[in-house]
Amino acid sequence: MIVKNSKTLLSVEGLRASINGTEILKGIDLTVKSGEIHAIMGLNGSGKSTLAKVLAGHSAYEITGGTVRFEDKDLLELAPEDRARAGLFLAFQYPIEIPGVANTQFLRLAYNTIQAQRGKDELDPLEFDDFVREKMKLLDMNPDFLDRSVNEGFSGGEKKRNEILQMALLEPKLSILDEMDSGLDIDALKTVANGVNQIANKDNATILVTHYQRLLDYVVPDFVHIIQSGSIVMTGGKELALELETRGYDWVTANKQSIAGAVA
Amino acid sequence: MSETATTDYLDCLLKSWSTKSNQPLSWLNQLRASAIDYVGTQRLPTKGDEEWRFTDISALARLSFQSAQSNTDLQAQDIKHLHLKEAKNSLVFVDGHYSAQLSTIIDSATLEIGNLSEFLLTHAAILESHFGQYAKFDNNVFAALNTAFLRDCALIIVPKNTAIAEPVHLLFIAAQSEVTSYPRCLIIGESGSSVTFVEEYVSLREAAYVTNSVTEISLSANAHARHIRIQRESTQAYHLANCAVSLVHGSNYQSVSISSGAQISRYNLDVQLIDEAAECTIDGLALISDNQLADTHTCIDHIKPNGTSRQQHKCIVNDKAHAVFNGKIIVRPHAQQTNSSQSSRNLLLSKTAQVDTKPQLEIFADDVKCAHGATVGQLDKEEIFYLESRGLSETAARSLLTYAFGAEIINRIPVSSLRQQLEQTVLNQTQDNKL
Repeated sequence: MIVKNSKTLLSVEGLRASINGTEILKGIDLTVKSGEIHAIMGLNGSGKSTLAKVLAGHSAYEITGGTVRFEDKDLLELAPEDRARAGLFLAFQYPIEIPGVANTQFLRLAYNTIQAQRGKDELDPLEFDDFVREKMKLLDMNPDFLDRSVNEGFSGGEKKRNEILQMALLEPKLSILDEMDSGLDIDALKTVANGVNQIANKDNATILVTHYQRLLDYVVPDFVHIIQSGSIVMTGGKELALELETRGYDWVTANKQSIAGAVA
Repeated sequence: MSETATTDYLDCLLKSWSTKSNQPLSWLNQLRASAIDYVGTQRLPTKGDEEWRFTDISALARLSFQSAQSNTDLQAQDIKHLHLKEAKNSLVFVDGHYSAQLSTIIDSATLEIGNLSEFLLTHAAILESHFGQYAKFDNNVFAALNTAFLRDCALIIVPKNTAIAEPVHLLFIAAQSEVTSYPRCLIIGESGSSVTFVEEYVSLREAAYVTNSVTEISLSANAHARHIRIQRESTQAYHLANCAVSLVHGSNYQSVSISSGAQISRYNLDVQLIDEAAECTIDGLALISDNQLADTHTCIDHIKPNGTSRQQHKCIVNDKAHAVFNGKIIVRPHAQQTNSSQSSRNLLLSKTAQVDTKPQLEIFADDVKCAHGATVGQLDKEEIFYLESRGLSETAARSLLTYAFGAEIINRIPVSSLRQQLEQTVLNQTQDNKL
């Protein structure tokens, strides 16, 4: 939701990033205020997932220009764990499997790490068990997933639910959901979207990184940005996603060229 | 290492043997005599021998450690911390000598459990038909030395159709320095029986000594044994071990073996599925650092049809340590419908750590399912990033992932107090992760 006079959570200006000497992000500008839901749409290779990983602090990318502020902090100066502790959350496109660590153990460790950072009480295993089971209902998750190893043998949909469960537990200020809809059937998509909608409120913000419009039927964005070759080439409201769905990414390319031509 | 020193080591042992023939039964004396005769024809293996190409034991030849004498000073209080709370029955051996005082036998009504000198009086016939029948010493100088020099043996016979709920603890304690001990175990599971036993090697202090052990396990039809083997010797010790398992129809052998001790350790595990529909599950974890070397050689021999084997071996190697895994799987021509899988996964925690892993499949039957795979790597950067993105520090992330790597094996140990101890060992090991 767009909230009047809400505060800016994320401010990205001219962000450039490379991997192995190849520039992927070529000057990204993006402002996200609390309460808002943004969608970043683009084809494979457009740089949308890179943007998500760069914001979360993945060490494989080299920042070659620009600034990113997260509330009052210089985000680029923070280690990944400090970004998480400051309230940034990335739901992975491909969540990592950790055989040998029970999901509940992992969830509690992550939860207590963040709680300690916020000066709040940590939960012991029993207290945490009650707490997490309540949150799991939000995502229609079977409690059996608590005792299984983290993401091991989970289906695509189960892994995504487990990501959103972490989001629900950690209560981030800004959540970036990377390809939340990939590999989900329509029922799983609805459940996951419902979870995201319930977590979203006027004090936090969400960035949905996606290729397809489908997800946006269920999590309705306030802003849609289209990213191509490492820069945001169009920004609009939720109608932009529908237009893109009808006309395809080629339309964006043609349109961008005509705009560029007119300027020249 | 010179040949002379090598010869001296065995010569020295050969000379010391002649006075030790002290067992009352002729078959045992004959077995020991033929073992020492075999030793007389051998030299210590070197890296030139295929079976020892990654493991240099030449330093062993410089140690003329004599057979350990009995040490009776040890009190129950001294080994209290080694007690496994789940185990009702425990046999304790100090430097290879049985200690009746430190052992606890409660289940004698349902379980035949004891040491060699007792069993020679009460179970002579069954001993003769099993003892030395599985761990053959032709082609194995250390098994031969054990057979020749053994001072005692831990024995368990699980009677027909008897299920023993609590684990049996076989505890081998090294108390003296600069000696060699020759621990020995024989476990017989009669048909339809079920047992869990923990074979554990520990040291009371950091000291140099040699442990040369042999374990034999024979399971009759539909018998089930869970074998947990823990090797946490002094990091100056040499640990040379052989285990031979014989499985007949429908029997099931599950083993989890953990090696975290010894300067140099070598564990040979040979499992023969000599009859149809036998099954084995073999899991191993080596967790080593500094200059330790841990070598595991396994051989799973499918002789008859419809056998199943699953094996997973893992190594966590830090500092300049060196882990070796050689996993041989044989599927003989008649062993159709065999289902076998093997995985070797290795985690290097430092740039100087080393792993040699060698799967060795010899398949002579055509209707079988055999899968194997080996990986050697460092902690995955994506996995570390995933955990960091959830607020964990890099150190905490590395520690959790290393722990998880080991925990996958440790979690298969069906004794919870032992699992907790080992989980702590892994966590301690990962605190000073070097990469």
